[in-house]
Amino acid sequence: MQNSWQIYRIAFQTIVTKEILRFMRIWVQTLLPPAITTTLYFIIFGRLIGDRIGEMDGYRYIDFIVPGLILMSVIQNSYANVVSSFFGTKLQHYIEELLIAPVPHWVVLGGYVVGGVARGTMVGILVTIISLFFTDLSINSYGLTLLVFVLTSVLFALAGFINAVYAKTFDDISIVPTFVLTPLTYLGGVFYSIELLPEFWQWLSLANPVLYMVNTFRFGILGISDIDVVVALVIILGFIAILTVYSLRLLSRGVGIKE
Amino acid sequence: MAALVIKDLHKTYRNGFAALKGIDLQVEQGDFFALLGPNGAGKSTAISIIASLTNKTTGRVEIYGHDLDRERDQAKRLIGLVPQEFNFNMWEPVVEILVNQAGYYGIPRKLAFQRAGEALQRLGLWEKRQTQARWLSGGMKRRLMIARALVHRPRLLILDEPTAGVDIEIRRSMWEFMREINRQGTTIILTTHYLEEAESLCRNIAIIDHGRIVEQTSMTRLLSQLHSELFLLNIAAPIERAPDLHDYRTTLVDSETLEVEVDREQSMNQLFGLLSAQGIEVVSMRNKQNRLEQMFVDLVDSAKEKRA
Ligand SMILES: Nc1ncnc2c1ncn2[C@@H]1O[C@H](COP(=O)(O)OP(=O)(O)OP(=O)(O)O)[C@@H](O)[C@H]1O
Ligand SMILES: [Mg+2]
Repeated sequence: MQNSWQIYRIAFQTIVTKEILRFMRIWVQTLLPPAITTTLYFIIFGRLIGDRIGEMDGYRYIDFIVPGLILMSVIQNSYANVVSSFFGTKLQHYIEELLIAPVPHWVVLGGYVVGGVARGTMVGILVTIISLFFTDLSINSYGLTLLVFVLTSVLFALAGFINAVYAKTFDDISIVPTFVLTPLTYLGGVFYSIELLPEFWQWLSLANPVLYMVNTFRFGILGISDIDVVVALVIILGFIAILTVYSLRLLSRGVGIKE
Repeated sequence: MAALVIKDLHKTYRNGFAALKGIDLQVEQGDFFALLGPNGAGKSTAISIIASLTNKTTGRVEIYGHDLDRERDQAKRLIGLVPQEFNFNMWEPVVEILVNQAGYYGIPRKLAFQRAGEALQRLGLWEKRQTQARWLSGGMKRRLMIARALVHRPRLLILDEPTAGVDIEIRRSMWEFMREINRQGTTIILTTHYLEEAESLCRNIAIIDHGRIVEQTSMTRLLSQLHSELFLLNIAAPIERAPDLHDYRTTLVDSETLEVEVDREQSMNQLFGLLSAQGIEVVSMRNKQNRLEQMFVDLVDSAKEKRA
């Protein structure tokens, strides 16, 4: 007789595999668009406009924005993967397969989050490869870069999950990305150093969690940051903890999935 | 040992609607059990609670002695469900749906493919294994859900209207299939609105109406309560008036069809004797209603009177 842990492990692997197969199957919708968009970003902001901007924090503009663009695609894709996949799971009722089975909530959550991280990672790598055509990327600290990459991906996969739990229509899964995620990333210092901003806006920017991730990630790659890296890591971890607890509560209360 | 025990189960939905008002049910191991009731009676609600798809309001559910609250995993591993509504990923290939299902029950991937293959063969879906589920016909989708419910080899299989929208030939093969897995030891609970299906498959039966059990008994005992049966006789030569057949109540449906009510104590031989004495030749004969159907209507009606 198998013990519960063996079952959980296989169930977890099953969910992750299913999630990866899902976005690979529709790669034209999931992997291709971010590759195209970031190529355009590199050409337009990096080359055409960037050459006129000159330096930012002592780096060529294109070198400055590369870390932010990579992380932005990780954020968007981790989020998008979980929100659309879990919403579909609810909408077509095959969430019931998981509710009937002896799979605890944290395994379900973990499976979907890791699925989102897998897509975030794949897109992140893709974008990094594309960026090599435009800049010579040299990485200051591999450890930190990787850590921020993964933590950011986890955080936004969790956020996507929560969005999916509350979503009742297809529109609901695009509202948050459009009205929250995009502004936060654009204002999160992807394209500029917040030192360029007036004091008030600098101060306000500090309330934006994405700023911490982008800067830490940039620090990992370039070795420069607008903010303290340790503070940033604590903040990211704090958000992950809060969203994890919140997601598990939603699941155990059965919000949106159970009568 | 009982495969399923339900004690005083209540369910009130969020909108305040009381779908189950205290249900007690026991299904023995190895049984083939019919859970019948009119639309909206609460069958699917009860099944959803057993399968952990819906939270109960109060009450207790035990699967092979495992309490669904306290020994959730053990209880869940023993249940297989074929739900009333399609609930699989329409975009996923058939075989993957089964392999995933197996995975959720801890079956390693290699074995899962093997089990999935077996289940697909048994349900005649092997040719469709790589097809996306949405391209299956309605009957195939039902069979897919049956296959899915079996990959982890449950000991209690619950089928919520599995034969709805399935053609006659496949329905018969599904019956044969259900009988076979029941013979092999799987306890089966079946809901259906085709009462001849319940009559021919099930040994025990519960009838639920408006969230209450109105009858729970064995099929033979239930049918033996039937006071009379209605037969329709096709007669060779047209007649104008219903003949007088003494104690047998007769009505002329049309000039060539005669309806006769035969009480439990009365015999068919005597009926035919009377008919031939009057020179009426019977060409063929059938039940007006399925016997269980007749019983069912009576029970639901009397439950309605009681409520009134
Ligand atoms: N989510 C819900 N919220 C409120 N009421 C519900 C909900 N689901 C079901 N009901 C109500 O509960 C009652 C029982 O429904 P249920 O689906 O259990 O019936 P059933 O016996 O399976 O009927 P059928 O034979 O039509 O499948 C119905 O009146 C139904 O409208
Ligand atoms: Mg139903």
